Amino acid sequence: MKRITFRELTPMTTGWLALMGALLVVAAIAGAAVLYMEHQGHWVTGMTNQVVWGTPHVFAIFLIVAASGALNVASIGSVFGREPYQPLGRLSGLLAIALLAGGLAVLVLDLGRPDRLIVAMTHFNFKSIFAWNVILYSGFFAIVGAYLWTMMDWKMKGYYKGAAVTAFVWRLVLTTGTGSIFGFLMARDAYNSAVMAPLFIAMSFAFGLAAFILVVMGAYAGSGRPVAPELVTRMGRLLGLFCAANLYFVAVQHLTALYMADRGAVEAFILADGGIYTLLFWGVQVALGGLVPMAILFSKNATRCTVRFAAILVMIGGFAQVYVILIGGQAFPLNLFPGMEVSSSFQDGVVGTYAPSLPEVLLGIGGFAVAGLITLVGATFLRILPDSLAAD
Amino acid sequence: MTETTRRDLLKGAAGAVVLAPGLTLIAAKAQARAPGSAASAANRFGLLIDTGKCDSGCTACVDACKTEMGLTGHDRPATDVQYIRKVNVKDPATGAAHSVPVMCQHCAKPPCVDVCPTGASMKRADGIVLVDRHICIGCRYCMMACPYKARSFAHEDQTNQREANPRGKGCVEACTLCAHRIDAGAKPACVEACAATGKAAILFGDLADPNSELSRRVAAEASTRIRADLGTGPAVRYQGI
Repeated sequence: MKRITFRELTPMTTGWLALMGALLVVAAIAGAAVLYMEHQGHWVTGMTNQVVWGTPHVFAIFLIVAASGALNVASIGSVFGREPYQPLGRLSGLLAIALLAGGLAVLVLDLGRPDRLIVAMTHFNFKSIFAWNVILYSGFFAIVGAYLWTMMDWKMKGYYKGAAVTAFVWRLVLTTGTGSIFGFLMARDAYNSAVMAPLFIAMSFAFGLAAFILVVMGAYAGSGRPVAPELVTRMGRLLGLFCAANLYFVAVQHLTALYMADRGAVEAFILADGGIYTLLFWGVQVALGGLVPMAILFSKNATRCTVRFAAILVMIGGFAQVYVILIGGQAFPLNLFPGMEVSSSFQDGVVGTYAPSLPEVLLGIGGFAVAGLITLVGATFLRILPDSLAAD
Repeated sequence: MTETTRRDLLKGAAGAVVLAPGLTLIAAKAQARAPGSAASAANRFGLLIDTGKCDSGCTACVDACKTEMGLTGHDRPATDVQYIRKVNVKDPATGAAHSVPVMCQHCAKPPCVDVCPTGASMKRADGIVLVDRHICIGCRYCMMACPYKARSFAHEDQTNQREANPRGKGCVEACTLCAHRIDAGAKPACVEACAATGKAAILFGDLADPNSELSRRVAAEASTRIRADLGTGPAVRYQGI
């Protein structure tokens, strides 16, 4: 194997300044959106007493799920010994930390009382999967940080394999925890299924690798460093496999529910007559974000350009998938009186109306900006990126 | 001064029984919890709601709740707080219709308490489920988890607050079963308001006391609980649905 030289990104170039400036502006706008929502209260958002989690949560969950998936490249190189992926391990770890930080920032800033974050860090109800996730997320930062250290400091090489295996196991547990936020909910018909945990793991594989591919291609194009086309198409084929795994668990999720008589109504809502949710499910999640990228990525004629396009589609499809799960699942009314027609002044028995408000969207995009800032600063001040990813 | 008076009344309750005037009042106060004493697991407070007596057009319980708890609407039905609501239930096969008051069901195994990350959602020893608004971070996971849609989020700044029900923007809240009234030996506001209409469709009592009217009624008459299949063990029982 050839020797890999890692080199920091050169700061203060025109491109670097433009990117840094753009990310700071987007993050600042998100901050202003948070101040507005927190000052006014959540009534200015699209969220209601029925759709209690909205667009910020879609962004947050997408980023958190993608974070654990972004670590896969490092795991494939170190845990499973695939040499072509090993030079990218450092970026994989950094991006995982950055995406998680971006997602958590959005999640925390949408709390009704974000000023009480310290309460969440000091009061734990260990029966709550949310409380477990606080520990899993904090642990992820520490473990992936240590893993990065073992990759970057030759004196720590002895701990490299152990850190890699720990990080891999931890990320699987973490995504299990994220999926279980929904899997453990018996109140709402769209959730309450053990398949949520493996489904979220499959989602994380796909979203994380798609994000990773886009960051690698962007960083190398932006810094004028070479990337071997074979490396990109190799990652593309892996992304195709992850898309297939995601679609498989989506099929299991819905077929299992369709078999249960009491889930028929919610399945009909998502799959057939749910309006925007049905359109997003079939059109964006399944077709645009699953089948089309698979056709592109498994094509013999796949190129860097088509792989990049497919990765963008996977990201868009993934966003739609989280939106359908999260918003669609809440919009469907709770079933207090099975088999009965119900109505009330509290929107019982009717599909919840939800439309994303601008501040919610701006906060969510801010999560991507935070992730981008951490990645950019990290790759600028640390030796994260190999000087060249060209073929031997 | 008020507490001293109540304590004195409690201490003197046994003697007060011999006094003919005010006998009913003093007997009721004798059930109050002494200030500073903890809620007891010897109690399991609950309700029995007879939907056969509940008119669809009557909102006495809802109105009383709003007044008692200081709930102010903003003409925004999707985000306005509701602790109790009337749900119109109709059997499409038979056409039979009922108006069902639905509030926090004060579950024996409350999902909201299970999922709350900080422990803000909690169940008192006597089974009343509450939100500790000092440590609620406003994550709304309890609202995702409640099968009864019983909880509301304070979507805006609060005014017109009652001493017994401090509220705050950004926290989750719900029916407290009027814990402050129960602790003082009184009945929940909705129960009193319903009785005042002459319908008396809502009966309050202690399910752990076999001699309470509530216990005797649920032991002798058929009643059901909303989504009993979920196994949450609500303390609110219904007749006629």
